[in-house]
Amino acid sequence: MSNSVVSTQNLSLTFETNDGPVHALKDINLTVDKGDFVSFIGPSGCGKTTFLRVIADLERPTGGTISVNGMTPEEARQARAYGYVFQAASLLPWRTIDKNIAVPLEIMGLSKADQEKRISDVLSLVDLSNFGKKYPWQLSGGMQQRASIARALAFDADLLLMDEPFGALDEIVRDHLNEQLLKLWDTTNKTICFVTHSIPEAVYLSTKIVVMSPRPGQVYDVIKSTLPRERPLDIRESQEFLDIAARVRDGLKAGHSYDD
Amino acid sequence: MMTKNGKTIPVLTVVLAIIAIWYASVVMMNAPFVYDQAERAKVEPPAFSELISKTMAQERPVLPAPHQVAEEIYKTTVLKKITSKRSLIYHSWITLSATMLGFIIGTALGIALAVGIVHNKAMDKSVMPWVITSQTIPILAIAPMIIVVLNAAGISGLLPKALISTYLSFFPVVVGMVKGLRAPDSAQLDLMHTYNASTSQTFWKLRWPSSMPYLFTSLKIAVAISLVGAIVGEMPTGAVAGLGARLLAGSYYGQTIQIWSALFMAAALAAVLVMLVGWAHNYVLKRMGEKPEGAIA
Repeated sequence: MSNSVVSTQNLSLTFETNDGPVHALKDINLTVDKGDFVSFIGPSGCGKTTFLRVIADLERPTGGTISVNGMTPEEARQARAYGYVFQAASLLPWRTIDKNIAVPLEIMGLSKADQEKRISDVLSLVDLSNFGKKYPWQLSGGMQQRASIARALAFDADLLLMDEPFGALDEIVRDHLNEQLLKLWDTTNKTICFVTHSIPEAVYLSTKIVVMSPRPGQVYDVIKSTLPRERPLDIRESQEFLDIAARVRDGLKAGHSYDD
Repeated sequence: MMTKNGKTIPVLTVVLAIIAIWYASVVMMNAPFVYDQAERAKVEPPAFSELISKTMAQERPVLPAPHQVAEEIYKTTVLKKITSKRSLIYHSWITLSATMLGFIIGTALGIALAVGIVHNKAMDKSVMPWVITSQTIPILAIAPMIIVVLNAAGISGLLPKALISTYLSFFPVVVGMVKGLRAPDSAQLDLMHTYNASTSQTFWKLRWPSSMPYLFTSLKIAVAISLVGAIVGEMPTGAVAGLGARLLAGSYYGQTIQIWSALFMAAALAAVLVMLVGWAHNYVLKRMGEKPEGAIA
């Protein structure tokens, strides 16, 4: 077995709608290796979120094959092989941050002591150690999103699926969280699949950038980043960074006709 | 200065206005009787000041004055023994016990139906239309039938009245709880799915807590109409006991003061019940860490 975490062959997904079939995904052939940080970028309707949802067994493909950790997505979900982070933090307002992170742990049936240890571990990973007893409304938007990342990390899955997790935050907070996420990825050695609309975000974070095009949702280009693993924020002014960003931008332009 | 909670002055103003209108109406509506009396006795119609005092001291006025109603309530609550058949507290208790039993059964039934409707496609399609249809039947038509049928089956007393309360009160609970149990958004439900949570785990950790605000809003309506149901249920039983019986007996014998005092007692009871549910609502939401009003994160 290779060290691929996600691999697909000719993966397709067609939604039947009243206006005829919509090809959300068509013939996707992709491999995500262990330890990769893969960004999916493309215009609305290119299927990047749908692809993430197929990995998470939230959508069923209509053609081709996909394996997650060598299993079907359903088996992977039942084995809790991944954590999922949505654009909205989706914290339960009636639970404190501690108790929110405990939700998946309670469902897994972990002991109280084990739960507490994991909660304090992941809270320190996202720099929220002193906020466990607070309710979500007492935290800023960026802190809420960090709490939701902590929740996704809590059951220690090797794969983290993130669907525009910072899309609703302002740019200053976003920069900060990007930096934190990279550190987190570096220390935990997780595999991350990350959906975004932002070219700088994709280039800054990723080891591999998947450029997608819409109608039907297809992979247009896969760019391997040449940036070093250690990335200070000002790497974004380097020529290397700008070159990769230019290639992503070209790919987006070519894959999507802006005339229609 | 008006503060956010300064409701006392506006409320008092409205109360005073209502009492003033009431007194004016008392004079207007009871005056014909006074003139009639004078004509029969072949004496001059009374002067205005005398007319006013006479309209407010009749034994069976068309419209009793507020102080007459207040006096009657005082006499039948404070001055009567609770066990007396003429005590308004005794009658209120009869009605209240039927209300509470009906409310509890109705709430349990409503929640059970809502859980079924949310989790079962067949129930969703088949039960809801019947729930709505049930409320289109006038309660006045169905109440005597419930009493008579249950009586024939040997069940009488508290339960038949409570079942009429149930019939009315389960409805807002079903409607509110179906909405409440469906309140979690798709991201929250997707998250539970990614945790591989069972249906019952999703229910207790997500759907049930989400539905609490909806539940209590429904319960406020349910408890008030439970009282209506109990009062309606007391009417076909031959007016033995309860506020409904007092209303019916009062109207048989033209005892308007008795009718009005029973009416006020029923209104006060409803207000207290709704208030108790309101307090429970606030208490539960506070325990659930709800954001206090005006708080800044």
